[in-house]
Amino acid sequence: MLEVRGLTVHYGGIRAVKGIDLDIAAGEKVALIGANGAGKTSTLKALARMLPAGGEVRFDGGDISHAPPHTLVGRGLALVPEGRGVFARLSVRENLDMGAYARDDRAAIAADLDRVYTLLPRLKERAGQTAGTLSGGEQQMVAIGRALMSRPRLLLLDEPSMGLSPVMVDTVFGVIRDIARDGVTLLLVEQNARLALSLCDRGYVMDSGRITLAANSAELLDNPAVRAAYLGE
Amino acid sequence: MDIFIQQIINGLVLGSIYALVALGYTMVYGILGLINFAHGEVVMIGALTALTAIGLLVPSGLPGPVVVLGGLLIAIPVCMAVGFSIERIAYRPLRNAPRLAPLITAIGVSIVLQQLAMMGWGRNYHTFPAILPTTPHQVFGAAITDLQILIVVTAAVLMAALLWLITRTRLGRAMRATSENPAVARLMGVDVDRVIAFTFVLGSALAAVAGVMVAANYSIAHYAMGFMLGLKAFTAAVLGGIGNVGGAMLGGLLLGIIESLGAGYIGDLTGGFLGSHYQDVFAFFVLILVLVFRPSGLMGEKVAERA
Repeated sequence: MLEVRGLTVHYGGIRAVKGIDLDIAAGEKVALIGANGAGKTSTLKALARMLPAGGEVRFDGGDISHAPPHTLVGRGLALVPEGRGVFARLSVRENLDMGAYARDDRAAIAADLDRVYTLLPRLKERAGQTAGTLSGGEQQMVAIGRALMSRPRLLLLDEPSMGLSPVMVDTVFGVIRDIARDGVTLLLVEQNARLALSLCDRGYVMDSGRITLAANSAELLDNPAVRAAYLGE
Repeated sequence: MDIFIQQIINGLVLGSIYALVALGYTMVYGILGLINFAHGEVVMIGALTALTAIGLLVPSGLPGPVVVLGGLLIAIPVCMAVGFSIERIAYRPLRNAPRLAPLITAIGVSIVLQQLAMMGWGRNYHTFPAILPTTPHQVFGAAITDLQILIVVTAAVLMAALLWLITRTRLGRAMRATSENPAVARLMGVDVDRVIAFTFVLGSALAAVAGVMVAANYSIAHYAMGFMLGLKAFTAAVLGGIGNVGGAMLGGLLLGIIESLGAGYIGDLTGGFLGSHYQDVFAFFVLILVLVFRPSGLMGEKVAERA
């Protein structure tokens, strides 16, 4: 579903992503783990065309390396951005409506709204409230619900656990699990490697802008280097 | 007392016009963080275009209001085209430049438009033909003309429509989302460039209407009229809280009333030392007070600098 070849990202003279390859098949759940500054967020942003990048990105067989960023959501690629990026002055409901901005199938949108409310009942309670007044965890739910409203086939999630209480992390990851069960392909960026690998089928380890390891989750969890560097053992 | 009521009426009329112009400043600021100093010039172009069209239509013998409407219907698309071009030519290439660059460019655009208007329309004052009924109605001892009523009502309808557009429609939602976070709005599928262009076009359409109102209200238009009007409307936008659409409406009306009351009473206040032609003092006095004591404006929230 997603094929990435030689992806590079530069910030001025600094190379944040130094030519990485990724492959994700339909229905897979893939984690991208690594330390702070490894280039994970830059990779996701480059895939969503929020950053100028080099290399080739193919989604569903089509080259999206040069696609205008606002056309990606219509192709079925959604990103839950770093720091959530909710529209703070819009209501929760309006945020969700923004998720469906690229769609015009009203009946299906209404059905998806119901589904998001079922998955994230808190959002239904807070539908009329301004998103900026919600807690961090609730905002993360808004960001995830909003991405779901685009009916994505590939969902990119950037650090969904960041800044959340342990209870809220469980809730949010429960929702992500439900989403994956519905057949949405996932690429999950996380600093919390154990959490990410417990959810995903396999993972890539990123370090200093390069992929240093690629294996299935069980192998990564057993790998002494991974344990030492990312699992705090 | 009747002077007080008269000045309130005059202030409402003036304030309605300021509000329409202030909306153009505040919408662009809300989306781009840019003060479009050329906006006053768009008002001027609207006024002069309408006057030219009206001058051509008068000999047709059509009723006055129809002639004015005709002028308006020509001025609106002309101003929309001007607003669209300004954004495309002057601001879009500087979208990622340091903030000072588009600000200086805005001043440059303002000067260019003013000079072009001077070349096209000359340095003379253009008078609005006396084709609208001017019989005053008496209200609580004060006078109000049909034209004044029409200005206030038209402005109110336009502002209500604008609020509806911004708060209730898909496009308005996209405008608000873009103003908060263009990068994320893009992720949602919003073509941010189009939203920005639309914002300029919308503001310019309002400016065209305001231009015709000014010309009709003062019976006069001039290539340099946009400068002072633009500054006043900018003041109104700052007073209401720049970036806030409701604030621009409130700020415009308040500024109009403050200015009218000031003009009405300045003679008494200064023992006859200053006359009503000093009315501009009040607008800028208000601007200074707001900038010193409440820089975020009446309805503005404290906004952190964008990262």
